[in-house]
Amino acid sequence: MKTKKVIGNTLAYILLIVISVIWLFPFIGLILQSFRSYDPAVEYGGMVDYLVPKHFSLDNYKFILSGQTNYLGWYKNTLIIAFFVTLFQTIIILCVSYALSRMRFAGRTFLMRFWLVLGMFPGFLTMICLYFLLKQFGLTQAGAVPGLILVSVASSGMGYYICKGYFDTIPKALDEAARIDGASRARIFFTMIIPMSKPIIIYTALVAFMAPWCDYVFASYVAFGHDSSFNVAVAMTRWVWTNDYQGYFTRFCAGGILVAIPVTLLFMALQKYYVEGVTGGAVKG
Amino acid sequence: MGKSKGRGAWTSVVDIFRTIGMTFVKGDWKTKVSYLILGFGELLRGQIVKGIAFLAMECGFIWYLKALGLKYMAKFSTLGTVATQKVKRKTVYGDNSFLILLFGLLTIFVILLFLVIWYLNILENAKEEELLKAGKKLPSNKSVIGSLFDKNFDKTLLALPVTGVFVFTVLPIVFMVCVAFTNYDKNHQAPTNLFTWVGFDNFKNLVTFGSSGFGTTFFKVLAWTLVWAFFATFIDYFLGMGVAILINKKGIKFKKLWRTILVITIAVPQFVSLLYVMKMFANDGLINGYLLKWGWIDAPIQFWVNPMLARITIIVVNIWIGIPYMMLIATGLLMNIPEDLYESARIDGANGWQMFRSITLPYMLFVTGPFLLTQFIGNLNNFNVIYLLTQGKPQSMSLAENAGSTDLLVTWLYKMTVNNTNYRMAAVIGIMVFVVTAIIMMSVYNFLPSVKDEEGFQ
Repeated sequence: MKTKKVIGNTLAYILLIVISVIWLFPFIGLILQSFRSYDPAVEYGGMVDYLVPKHFSLDNYKFILSGQTNYLGWYKNTLIIAFFVTLFQTIIILCVSYALSRMRFAGRTFLMRFWLVLGMFPGFLTMICLYFLLKQFGLTQAGAVPGLILVSVASSGMGYYICKGYFDTIPKALDEAARIDGASRARIFFTMIIPMSKPIIIYTALVAFMAPWCDYVFASYVAFGHDSSFNVAVAMTRWVWTNDYQGYFTRFCAGGILVAIPVTLLFMALQKYYVEGVTGGAVKG
Repeated sequence: MGKSKGRGAWTSVVDIFRTIGMTFVKGDWKTKVSYLILGFGELLRGQIVKGIAFLAMECGFIWYLKALGLKYMAKFSTLGTVATQKVKRKTVYGDNSFLILLFGLLTIFVILLFLVIWYLNILENAKEEELLKAGKKLPSNKSVIGSLFDKNFDKTLLALPVTGVFVFTVLPIVFMVCVAFTNYDKNHQAPTNLFTWVGFDNFKNLVTFGSSGFGTTFFKVLAWTLVWAFFATFIDYFLGMGVAILINKKGIKFKKLWRTILVITIAVPQFVSLLYVMKMFANDGLINGYLLKWGWIDAPIQFWVNPMLARITIIVVNIWIGIPYMMLIATGLLMNIPEDLYESARIDGANGWQMFRSITLPYMLFVTGPFLLTQFIGNLNNFNVIYLLTQGKPQSMSLAENAGSTDLLVTWLYKMTVNNTNYRMAAVIGIMVFVVTAIIMMSVYNFLPSVKDEEGFQ
């Protein structure tokens, strides 16, 4: 019995180590390649067929931070978008969730069903129409950054499910007691519900913050060739996709690392809340 | 049941008209004037806030109709007749079909909204008259405003989100649904060219087979979309659960470390990790490089070039993305399964596999039913993984509109919009995605045990 257990655990450890290697391999590769020398006299900066660079250097980091490209500008754009989207989206989701969870009004079920049906349309369907709407307000190309914020925030009310699910678990008796004491709905919302909802607020904000870093599709459409309003994803994707940029592969890796580090650290720090959010959401659906 | 529901809707429509009529007949002159000048009755009765709000909405409505609405509404049925022309060397712009369609739709919505407001105004007048007749006092203006933070707090909270969803989601979707019935494509680009209604032509085109139609391509892409969603959902689901069980296993140390290693994939922005992985599998990439060097293969494996291989590679890479996510969810849920269930199973002499089959799996399937459904729908529309890895390639000459072997309906839609500006067919595909999603949602949702019987597994 005991030897069987030992064998079982050893197998499990081996499996876990294999899994870890597979899962970490791309990231280790990414880091190693970002330190490969770019100097053509020493080593090639594009795609190579070996993992460990022959010459380690900071060439790629120096290049992207030196101002030869607009990397810092793209980074700043993404940060600005992520910050404002996080702020407004969280506020809107909290408002919608409270209204749908706590208040009963005419059209409540209709609204929820209607938004569910709207969600079945693919997001990219409306791209040209949104582009046109933004253009009317001068929020494309040069104004793409506020434009992207506007579009992301405007429809964020539809993503209320998980947050509302959380509010539903807060006992209604608390609200009723407060109402008997004469507290208004607004007061209950601001002084009772919000302080009690820290985990779900952090989850909502975290998800909102992560999304703009990956936004390629709509961001590239709205910025449309206007270099200074690109975000990191749009700008750096070109380095990998366009063949002229072959030699930029290691620079892409370096830029990617600089994006990934802060986002990953933030995510890891708040992981607990993320797990809580997705698990709660998965069960309620 | 459907019949009684239909009758219910009918009687409520009749009720609305009866209320409108009766209020007019019975109401005093203030109410009667309110039918034309919104807010009139409220203002005279001292309900300043409500009165001004109604009046302002009427003014806004009239201003909108005069400034924009009527002009575009008049051309809505043709989407414009005056083409843009070159007169001498100057371009004289004619009708802009895009604007006509967009503002025409907006006008329809605005008119509907105004009718609702008009009806609410009548109800408000009737209510006030009734209160006054009963000798009660009308609520003070201060309490009307105050109620926006109490009894009517929902309206305050939802006003902005609902408007946002309307302008940036509802209006664009209705617009695009209309585009599916027009000939808006690269030969009919507003503002230089007009486009117009063509009825069901685009839908006919979608199911036309042969070289001119979209039929073959559409069904091929649809089939791959479904196959992809199936594998991407279920392989990840079971493997993710397996990994979670493995980490949860008694006697395994460093549980947190294993989990953290997996979670990095969720944390790192996909455009970084997936583009890197894409290059890893390239013909001149790392994997082929090492396999060649070790002499395991003679020529690079065409991961992204061979259609079948590309599909398999995508599914495999997606496992790398999907397992950590499922692992997180499963970990939390597995801990919820009461330990004594396993205890008693062990006493009965059940082995690990039997316990998994008769305890863990039923529980997990039961609890995660809705999750599986949303996951499946999400994979049908999983743009990022496909587009960052292959952009839908390898392309095939036999498919219409640059569709590739790994294209999902959504990535095909995207290409049609951005590269080919074939908006009419993109809109049709968008509607088809909606139809597929809706059919799956509705047919599966009712069968989910957790929806049927919420208390079932307590």
